[in-house]
Amino acid sequence: MKLPWRNFPEQIRRLIVVWSFLIILPFFIRSLLIPADFGKYGHFRASAVEEAIAKEMKYAGHAICYDCHDEEVESKMVGVHKNVNCEVCHGPAAAHVEDDEIKPRAPRERDSCPLCHEYLSSRPTGFPQIISDSHEPMKACISCHDPHNPRGKEMAKECGGCHAEIASTKSLSKHVNIPCEKCHETPELHKLQPRLHLPGKPSKREFCGGCHDVEADSDIAIPRVELATHEEAYVCWQCHYPHLPEAE
Amino acid sequence: MKTKAKNMKRRKFVQKMLLSLTALSMPVVLTAKEKLKQLQKWILGKDYNPFDHYWGMGIDINKCIGCGRCAAACKEENDVPQAPFFFRTWVERYRIFHDGEVRVDSPNGAVDGFEKQNIEKGKVTIRSFFVPKICNHCDNPPCVQVCPVGATFKTPDGVILVDKDYCIGCRYCVQACPYGARFINPISKTADKCTFCYHRVVQGLVPACVEMCPTQARVFGEIKKKASPLVRFMRHHKIGVLKPALNTEPKVYYANLDMEVN
Ligand code: HEC
Ligand code: HEC
Ligand code: HEC
Ligand code: HEC
Ligand code: HEC
Ligand code: HEC
Ligand code: HEC
Ligand code: HEC
Repeated sequence: MKLPWRNFPEQIRRLIVVWSFLIILPFFIRSLLIPADFGKYGHFRASAVEEAIAKEMKYAGHAICYDCHDEEVESKMVGVHKNVNCEVCHGPAAAHVEDDEIKPRAPRERDSCPLCHEYLSSRPTGFPQIISDSHEPMKACISCHDPHNPRGKEMAKECGGCHAEIASTKSLSKHVNIPCEKCHETPELHKLQPRLHLPGKPSKREFCGGCHDVEADSDIAIPRVELATHEEAYVCWQCHYPHLPEAE
Repeated sequence: MKTKAKNMKRRKFVQKMLLSLTALSMPVVLTAKEKLKQLQKWILGKDYNPFDHYWGMGIDINKCIGCGRCAAACKEENDVPQAPFFFRTWVERYRIFHDGEVRVDSPNGAVDGFEKQNIEKGKVTIRSFFVPKICNHCDNPPCVQVCPVGATFKTPDGVILVDKDYCIGCRYCVQACPYGARFINPISKTADKCTFCYHRVVQGLVPACVEMCPTQARVFGEIKKKASPLVRFMRHHKIGVLKPALNTEPKVYYANLDMEVN
C-alpha cells in the first residue's frame, strides 16, 4: 500500500515535521504551566478554593458559648449587651472551645469599655455614651456595671443621686473605694424621708484610726499615723476633708 | 450532466462533512455534560455547594459606633499583618463642615477605635458618621479583569478570592480596585484581600467582622434567596453602593449612605 506521505515532496515532509512540532510545543508548555485543576469549575485553580477554606478559625461564634456558660449567657440575653458578642470582649475563643485549659482574657480594665462608650460626636445619637474622664474616673467600670448585663439610666439612684457633689468629689479621691455606708450608717428610710432619718457620722478619731493607726489591722497600702501623737488635739476631719483627704 | 454529477459529489461531501463534524464534536459535548454534573457536586466544608449560594453584605451607617471591633477581629481571624497599613476591612470617620470641607480619617484602620479630635475654633460640624469599608466583591470585578495570570477570580457563590500560589505580585489588581480594598501582603509578596471569611462561610458561620459587630451594623447573607437577613435588610432600607458610576456592581450594600462618601 502506498502511503499519501510518500507522495509529498521531500521539502514538504520536512516542513510538516517542523510545523507539527511548533504546533505541539505551545500545548506542551501550556500543560506544564497550567495546573491540572485549572478551569475545572471556572477560570481558576479549583484547589485555590480548597486552600482558602482550609484556614483555621479563631473566632468560634456566639452560639457555641451557650453550650457551657449558662450563667453569663442567661444574664446577657436579657440585658442591653445581648447583641454584643462574647468574643468582642473576651477575644478569639475557638482555641478555648477546643481545650478549656486555654483561658480567654477577661477585660477588667477601664479602657476596654470606652472603646464603645466614650463620647464621640460621630457616634449615632442615642447610643449610650459617657465622658470617662468625669464618669467615676477612679473605679473600674465593672465595679458598678455588670459587664454581661450593664444597666445605665434605670440604675437605682445611690447616695450620689442626692449628694452629687460629695459623690463626685469622693469619686476623685483616694477614698473612692470606701462605700459611703462604711462611714455613715444609713437607715433605709433616709432615701425616702432624708431629713427625718438622718444617717450617722463618725464622731471619734478612733474611727479613722481603725484604718490609719500604725497598729490597725487593715490593708498594708494604707498610709499610717501614730494615732496617739498625730495632732491629738483635733478630730481628723478638721484638717483632712474625709471625702477628699489630702496629706500635703 | 456533468454539472449534476459534480453537484452530487458536493452534496455527498457536505453530508460527510457534517457527519464527521458531529462525530468530532461529540466528545466535547459529552465532556461538557460530564463537567456540568461535576460542577453541581462540588462540595466544600460540610455539605456546602458553592453553586447553591450567592453572598453579599449590608452595612447600616446609622448603626455604626466606630468601635472598630470588625477591623480588629478581621486582622486576628485572617492573620493580616498588624502593621498599620494592611487592612482587609477598616472604618472611616467622616466629618462634614459648614464651609463644605469634608474630613475623612481612619487612624490605624480603627483597629484601636477612634479618639476624640478637637476641631479648630469657628469650624462647625454639620454631619459626622462612621463608614465601615471592605472589599465590595463586585459582580463585575475590575481586579479580576486585569489579572494577567488568572490568579484572582470569582467563585460560583460570588466571592472574589486570590490564588496565592498563582499570583505573581504584579500589583495590577491593587491599582485597578477603585475601593482600595487590596494590598500586597508583605510576607507572601502576593495580592491580599477580604475573602468574606470564606473558611467560616463554608462552615455555615458569618464573617468575623459581622460576628463581632456589637450593633448589627453589618449584615451578611444570600442575595438571591428570599429568606435571608440581607434580603430583609435591603427591603427595609434605602440602599446605596459605593461608586455606582463605575459599573462594578458591588455586592456590599450601604443603608443611609451619605452623598459625600466615596
Ligand atoms: C466545652 C465547654 C465550653 C465552651 C463551648 C466554652 N467554654 Fe468558656 N470555659 C469552659 C470551662 C470549663 C472554663 C473554666 C471554668 C473555670 O475555670 O472555672 C471556661 C472559662 C471561661 C472563661 C473564664 C476564664 C477565666 O479567666 O476564668 C471565659 C471568659 C470563657 N470561658 C469564655 C468563653 C467564650 C467567650 C466561649 C464561646 C466562644 C466559651 N467560653 C465557650 C468551658 C467552655
Ligand atoms: C462587654 C464585654 C463582655 C461581654 C460581651 C461578655 N463578657 Fe464575660 N466578662 C467580661 C468581663 C469584664 C469579665 C470579668 C468580670 C469580673 O471580673 O467581675 C467577664 C467574665 C467572664 C467569665 C469569668 C467569670 C469569672 O468569674 O471569672 C466568663 C466565664 C465569661 N465572662 C463568659 C462570657 C460569655 C459566655 C459571654 C457571652 C455570652 C460573655 N462573657 C460576654 C466582659 C464581657
Ligand atoms: C463592643 C462594644 C461594646 C463594649 C466593648 C461595651 N459595650 Fe456597653 N453597650 C454596647 C451596646 C451595643 C449597648 C446597647 C446600646 C443600645 O441599647 O442602643 C451597650 C449598652 C451599655 C449600657 C446601657 C446604657 C443604658 O442606657 O442603659 C451600659 C451601662 C454599658 N453598655 C456599659 C458597658 C460597660 C461597663 C462595658 C465594659 C465592661 C461595656 N459596656 C462594653 C456595646 C458595648
Ligand atoms: C461608681 C459606679 C460607676 C462606675 C465606676 C461607672 N459607672 Fe457608668 N454609670 C453609673 C451610674 C449610677 C449610671 C447612671 C447615672 C446616669 O444616668 O447618669 C451610669 C451610666 C452609664 C452609662 C449610660 C449613660 C447614658 O447616658 O445612658 C454608660 C454607657 C456607662 N455608665 C458606662 C460606664 C463605663 C464605660 C464605665 C467605666 C469607664 C463606667 N460606666 C463606670 C455608675 C458607674
Ligand atoms: C432622696 C435623696 C437622698 C438620698 C438618696 C440620700 N440622702 Fe443623705 N441626705 C439627704 C438630705 C435631704 C439630707 C439632709 C441635708 C440637710 O439637712 O442639710 C441628707 C443628709 C445626709 C447626711 C448628713 C447627716 C447630718 O447629720 O448632717 C449624711 C451623712 C447622708 N445624708 C448620707 C447619705 C448616704 C450615705 C446616702 C446613701 C446611702 C444618702 N445620704 C442618700 C438626701 C438624700
Ligand atoms: C471615710 C469616711 C467617709 C466616707 C467614705 C464618706 N463620708 Fe461623708 N462624712 C464623713 C465624715 C467624717 C463627715 C463629718 C464631717 C464633719 O462633720 O465635718 C462626713 C459628712 C458628710 C455629710 C455632711 C455634710 C458635710 O459635707 O459635712 C454628708 C451629707 C456626707 N458626709 C455624705 C456622704 C456621702 C453621700 C458619701 C458617699 C458618697 C460619704 N459621705 C462618704 C466621712 C465619710
Ligand atoms: C476603710 C478604711 C479607711 C477609713 C475608715 C479611713 N481611711 Fe483614709 N485612707 C484609706 C485608704 C485605702 C487610703 C488610700 C491609700 C492609698 O491608696 O494611697 C486612705 C488615705 C487617706 C489619707 C491620705 C491621702 C493622701 O493623699 O495620701 C488621709 C489623709 C486619710 N485617708 C484620712 C482619713 C481620715 C481623716 C479618715 C477618718 C474620717 C479616714 N481616712 C478613714 C482607708 C481608710
Ligand atoms: C491639725 C491638723 C491635722 C489633724 C487633726 C490630723 N492630721 Fe493627719 N496630717 C496632717 C498633716 C499636715 C499631714 C501631712 C504631714 C505629715 O505627714 O505629718 C498629715 C498626714 C496624714 C496622713 C498621711 C501619712 C502619710 O504617711 O502619708 C494620714 C493617713 C493622716 N494624716 C491621718 C490622720 C488621721 C486618721 C487623723 C485623725 C486621727 C489625722 N490625720 C488628724 C494634719 C492633721
